[in-house]
Amino acid sequence: MTNLANFIGALPGAISQGLIWGIMAIGVYITYRILDIADLTVDGSFCTGGVAFVVLFSGGMNLWLALALAFLVGTLTGFATGLLHTLCGIPAILAGILTQLGLWSVNLAIMSMKANVSINVIDKASLNRLLVSLRFVQDVAKGERPVWQHPIFVVGLFTIVIIAVLYWFFGTELGCSLRATGSNPNMARAQGINTDFNKVLGLMISNGLVAVSGALLAQYQSYGDINMGRGAIVIGLAAVIIGEVVFSRIFHNFGLKLLAVSFGSIIYYVVIQAVLSFTEINSNYLKLISAGIVALFLSVPYWKDKYFSKPVKRGGTQNA
Amino acid sequence: MLDIKNIYKTFNAGTVNEKTALNGVSLHLNEGDFVTVIGGNGAGKSTLLNAVAGTWLVDEGSITIGGVDVTHLPEHKRAKYIGRVFQDPMMGTAATMQIEENLALAFRRGKPRTLRTGINKAEREQYREMLKILDLGLEDRMTSKVGLLSGGQRQALTLLMASLVKPKLLLLDEHTAALDPKTAAKVLDATEKIVTRDNLTTLMITHNMRDAIMHGNRLIMMYEGRVALDISGEAKKNLTVEDLLARFGQATGSTEADDKMLLA
Repeated sequence: MTNLANFIGALPGAISQGLIWGIMAIGVYITYRILDIADLTVDGSFCTGGVAFVVLFSGGMNLWLALALAFLVGTLTGFATGLLHTLCGIPAILAGILTQLGLWSVNLAIMSMKANVSINVIDKASLNRLLVSLRFVQDVAKGERPVWQHPIFVVGLFTIVIIAVLYWFFGTELGCSLRATGSNPNMARAQGINTDFNKVLGLMISNGLVAVSGALLAQYQSYGDINMGRGAIVIGLAAVIIGEVVFSRIFHNFGLKLLAVSFGSIIYYVVIQAVLSFTEINSNYLKLISAGIVALFLSVPYWKDKYFSKPVKRGGTQNA
Repeated sequence: MLDIKNIYKTFNAGTVNEKTALNGVSLHLNEGDFVTVIGGNGAGKSTLLNAVAGTWLVDEGSITIGGVDVTHLPEHKRAKYIGRVFQDPMMGTAATMQIEENLALAFRRGKPRTLRTGINKAEREQYREMLKILDLGLEDRMTSKVGLLSGGQRQALTLLMASLVKPKLLLLDEHTAALDPKTAAKVLDATEKIVTRDNLTTLMITHNMRDAIMHGNRLIMMYEGRVALDISGEAKKNLTVEDLLARFGQATGSTEADDKMLLA
C-alpha cells in the first residue's frame, strides 16, 4: 500500500511535468507530423531555452520577458537547422544533429561555462516571482498557496493558449501553405509556395515552443543544466505517438489533435512515475525503457501494414 | 505567350551517366495555342516541361512566359504563371488535406500567403459549383481528405486546381497515362472543356498518337532533345497516325517512332 500512496502522492508532480514536456511535444508534432521532418535540434534547443531563461531571470529580468527571449533563442536554433537543411542541402536529420551538437557549446557559454545554473528559491521573494515551481505543488498540497497557482492549472492554461494560437495559425493562408509543404512539397511548389521558407519557418516555430518548454521546466525544477534536453526528441515522439494511439479515434479536429499530444505527454510521465513507484528499478534505466517504448510504438504501424492488413479492393472506375 | 529560345540541359555532366536531355530547343507558342507533344522515351518531352516549370534551371538559353523572362526564376515563383498536372496522380494534390483546402491553396497561387483565413465561406460555394462541372460527385465530399480519392478523381481535381486561377500557360505531363482507358478518356474530356472554355495556352505531353492528333491545334514531336516535327493548322487537322510516322522518319532518318510509339 505504501507504493500506491507514494504513486498517488507523486501524481500531481508527474502531471505537471507531463504538461510542461507536452509543450515541447507539440513543437515536435509540428516538425514530425506537419512538416514531415524528424528534427533532432530539440535535444539542444530545449536546454538552450531552459538555461537562457535561468540566466536571464536570475539576472533580475522580468519573467515574461525572459520567457519571450527563451522563445526567441529557440526560434534561432530552428533557423540554424532550417538554413543548414534548405540553403546548404544537408538532410534534415543531419542538420538537426549538427545544430544540436553546436548548441552544447552555446548552452555552456550561456551558463558562463558552468554545467548548471540555478534559481534561488530559498528566498521567498524570489520564489514568489516564479510562474511555476515544484515547490508550488507542495505548497498547494499543504494549503499554503491558492489552488490556481498549482502548476497543473498554470501550465494547463499555457498549453491551451498555445494550442489556440497554433489552431488559428494553421488555418491561415500561411499556415495552410505550411501544411501543404509537409504533405506534398511538389504540389506546394506548383501552387507557388516557397517550400524552403516554410520549412525554416516551421522549424523556428517548433524550436521556439521547445525552448519555452525548457524554460518552464527549468523554472519548475529551479535549475537548468547542460543535460536537461538529452533524449527530449524521444519523449516528444513518445507523447505524439501515445496521443495518437489513445485519442485518434475520438479527436479529429486539429486543435484536439494537439491536445492529444499534451495528454500523451501526461500519460507518458504518469506511466514513468508508476514504474518508479511500483518497481524497484534503478531510475537510470528509464531512458532505455523510453527508447524501447517509442521503438515499439513506431514499429506497430509498419507491422500492421505489412502483416495484418486486409486486402482492400482499390479504385472503382464507376466513380473515377 | 511562351517563348523558348535555344535551351540546353545536360544531366550528370562529366560522369558516365551524362545525358543531354535538351539539345537546343526553341519553341514559340501563341496565346490560345493547344500544343500536343509526342516522342519516344528519353526524347526530352518531360524535361522540356520541367524546364518551363522551373523544376531546375536550364544550362543555356532563355524562357519567357507572357513577356516575363523566367529563365532564372525558381519553381515557386514561376507558378504564378503556370498551371500543372503531373503524370503521377499523387503528385498534384496534398493527400492529407481536404478537397476544399487543396482548392483554396490553388486559389492563392501567385499571391502572397498572409495571415488571413486560409479558406472562407464565399470561396467554398464557388468551389462547390466548380466541382459540379467535373461531374464526379466531389461537391458533396468537400471536406474529405484527397488521399481517399481515386487516381482519376485526383487528376480531375488537379486539373481544376491548375485552372482555378487562369494560368498564362497550362502544362500537362502525360496526365492520363496512369489511368485506365475509360477514366483517361473522361479526364481528357474535362481537359478539352477547360482549355476551350478559358482559351488556355497549353502544352500537353501524351504517349497516345491518336490523342495527340485529335486534340489541340498544333503537334510537335521530340527526338533526342530537339523538336523534330512541328505540324499545325490544316496540316494538323488532316493528319493520320501513318502520316505522322512517315514524316517523323523523314525528319529524323529513324524508324524509332514505329518501334516505340505505334504500340502506344
